[in-house]
Amino acid sequence: MKIEIGHGGGGKMSAELLSGIILPALNNDTLRQLGDAATVGGLAFTTDSYVVRPLFFPGGDIGKLAVCGTVNDLAVSGAKPKYLSLALIIEEGFEQSELKKILNSVATAARAAGVEIVTGDTKVVGRGQADGMYINTAGIGELIKGVEISAKKICAGMKIIISGTLGDHSATILARRHGLELPEGIKSDCAPLNKMIAEMLRAEPGIAMMRDVTRGGLASVLNELAQASGLGILIEEEKIPVRREVRAFCDILGFDPLELANEGKIVAIVPERSAEKILTVLRGNIYGAEAALIGEVVEKPKGKVGLRTPIGAIRIVDMPAGELVPRIC
Amino acid sequence: MDTSELIKKINRLAEGKKKLRIMEVCGTHTVAIFRAGIRQILPDNVELVSGPGCPVCVTNDDYIDTAIAYALEENFIVATFGDMLKVPGSRSSLAAAQAQGSNIKVIYSPLDCIKIAQDNPNKKIIFLAVGFETTAPTAAATVLSAQAKGLKNLFMLSAQKLVPPVLKFLLNSPDFRVDGFLLPGHVAVVIGADAFNFLSIPSAVAGFEAEEILLAIASVLEQIDNGRAEVANKYPAVVTAAGNVTAQKILSRVYEVADSEWRGMELIPNSGLRIREEFAKFDIEQVEPVKIEKVKKKNACRCGEVLRGLVNPTQCPLFGKACTPSRAVGACMVSVEGVCAAWYKYGSNNFRW
Amino acid sequence: MCLAFPAKVLEVEGDLATVERSGVKRKASLMLLPEAKVGDYVLIHAGFAMQVIDEQELKIRDALVAEMNGAPRSVNLELGIRN
Repeated sequence: MKIEIGHGGGGKMSAELLSGIILPALNNDTLRQLGDAATVGGLAFTTDSYVVRPLFFPGGDIGKLAVCGTVNDLAVSGAKPKYLSLALIIEEGFEQSELKKILNSVATAARAAGVEIVTGDTKVVGRGQADGMYINTAGIGELIKGVEISAKKICAGMKIIISGTLGDHSATILARRHGLELPEGIKSDCAPLNKMIAEMLRAEPGIAMMRDVTRGGLASVLNELAQASGLGILIEEEKIPVRREVRAFCDILGFDPLELANEGKIVAIVPERSAEKILTVLRGNIYGAEAALIGEVVEKPKGKVGLRTPIGAIRIVDMPAGELVPRIC
Repeated sequence: MDTSELIKKINRLAEGKKKLRIMEVCGTHTVAIFRAGIRQILPDNVELVSGPGCPVCVTNDDYIDTAIAYALEENFIVATFGDMLKVPGSRSSLAAAQAQGSNIKVIYSPLDCIKIAQDNPNKKIIFLAVGFETTAPTAAATVLSAQAKGLKNLFMLSAQKLVPPVLKFLLNSPDFRVDGFLLPGHVAVVIGADAFNFLSIPSAVAGFEAEEILLAIASVLEQIDNGRAEVANKYPAVVTAAGNVTAQKILSRVYEVADSEWRGMELIPNSGLRIREEFAKFDIEQVEPVKIEKVKKKNACRCGEVLRGLVNPTQCPLFGKACTPSRAVGACMVSVEGVCAAWYKYGSNNFRW
Repeated sequence: MCLAFPAKVLEVEGDLATVERSGVKRKASLMLLPEAKVGDYVLIHAGFAMQVIDEQELKIRDALVAEMNGAPRSVNLELGIRN
């Protein structure tokens, strides 16, 4: 059996690779929680690799992404991001001027997020052994006192909040690849969300759960949360914010906005009483201006995600399978 | 009348009637019906049955095996719609062949093959030409375009299928029991609503928005109620009586009607297309045939009966157990549009929340 | 295998058109629909324009969708029904 591209898609195939090969080899209690970051000794600790193509795209580049992704993973775990590592794998022949641009983005994003890059590594591989460059970052954050982000805290009746429009990142990255031209203004949502998240936690330290909505999209994150909490999640299709251009992108290529990747969006599960307060905090922040309350946690059916459609029916939202491939069927 | 009134109308029309089975014969409808949750709001005695409307699902193992055999050879590039990637052949899939290093490109339009052919003059490009009447003219147009450009390295591996012959076949099967058809809107765009006039049971050409599908269901129920049987065009924005005549002409310049094998059914007369003699140099099977081992698969897969609407997916012993979307046995499970994949994805037999 | 979407023709150059849906543009072949003109709404499938959309019907459909998404009632569905 060979690794297929879909094994990296963040959906069912990724989950099978994890449970089939990775976890059996490396099993321990901390890893088994499969959070966005591990929490150990009062710290949150995470790592992520960045292989985005193209390297530069509207709204960011691989350098900005490598900082924001790791910062956001720490922040949604209820931590204040502090230190990052930066490892570069560069293909022989790569332009130094491009490397400079990417490192400038790394520096700018780190400043914006208030984190320091304190260690790193550079490797160069032969021509053809990598495609341009890849980046890995790891990050450490201090867990915020009095905050506990855990699927165990999710209860029926809690509200589901999304911090903004879905799919902007996927649409930006994939449009050109599939011969589409997006209008100006549609760009990757890649952003450091730690300051916004800190404000949310100040307003309501009792936020039960937060997740970074990246690969696999909202469909994947909500399914994981439904399974981890043993409760059901019901969302309303009409309340889910999606830009009309991104919806058109989906109509054209046969994608589902719920399965598109984001790089600057979080989903939060919050006590009903503070939902409005948290929405106000989000909407006062540039990265949360289009935040919306999209649904709630329900007792049953356990472990499932349901979507109320515009005609008033409820249908199941499944875990995405693997890679996003355009279809004409 | 908004949709709630439309739904009321459907309920009124179905009230007091026996169980009514309406078959949709377009995979895009199957997906749209699940995504909008239409089954959940229909009255209990109106059942939607999915027919052989997913071209990927009705494509034979042999075809996939042939495509893989070409893909594994050094001098070929296989270009395909994304839908075909994970379809299982008798042993492997294109996605698995890709992981083994074969050159497979996912394209959105057959015309993309022209550029691939121009950029790779030393390779032979094979387009996997599958689909129904909607998609078939796009392959034909691509052949004409390649001819006009003098391209010598672009070929078709053709397995297109035609909808009216399979509907005829279904209607003539002794065990077939369906009370009405939702007809495929985009097939009708090409062949015209009149091409379905031979149908002897209530039918409606349907669009793909939830309300368009509901309108077509209401039309079928209305016909049943009145004891009529006609072909109602409920997608008049794009479907005309005669269809797209230019597309029909281009299709029949390049392709001719031929008998065709449908997965899970049998050889259905005049239900497929093959490249005409005049264009044989674009037909990879004629230019450079490849040998594949014919494998007779024996397992409990009931795709064939599912495709004919005789059983629902959960009545197959493999459904959700040995056969899931990430490890599909039958093709109905692998295509997003496949009946089994849609049932699996949207909650098996438990569509109600 | 029949996903298709409506789009507006912005430009025509030979048998290739630039079409647009909600601001998203792509190229589409007019080989199967040579009669399409700039300004027409067309149905696109697999990179080919397949049919000119009857604009009146499109408006009816779009207004219907808007209405389902909470816009005030603007259309009588019966108008959209033709046998």
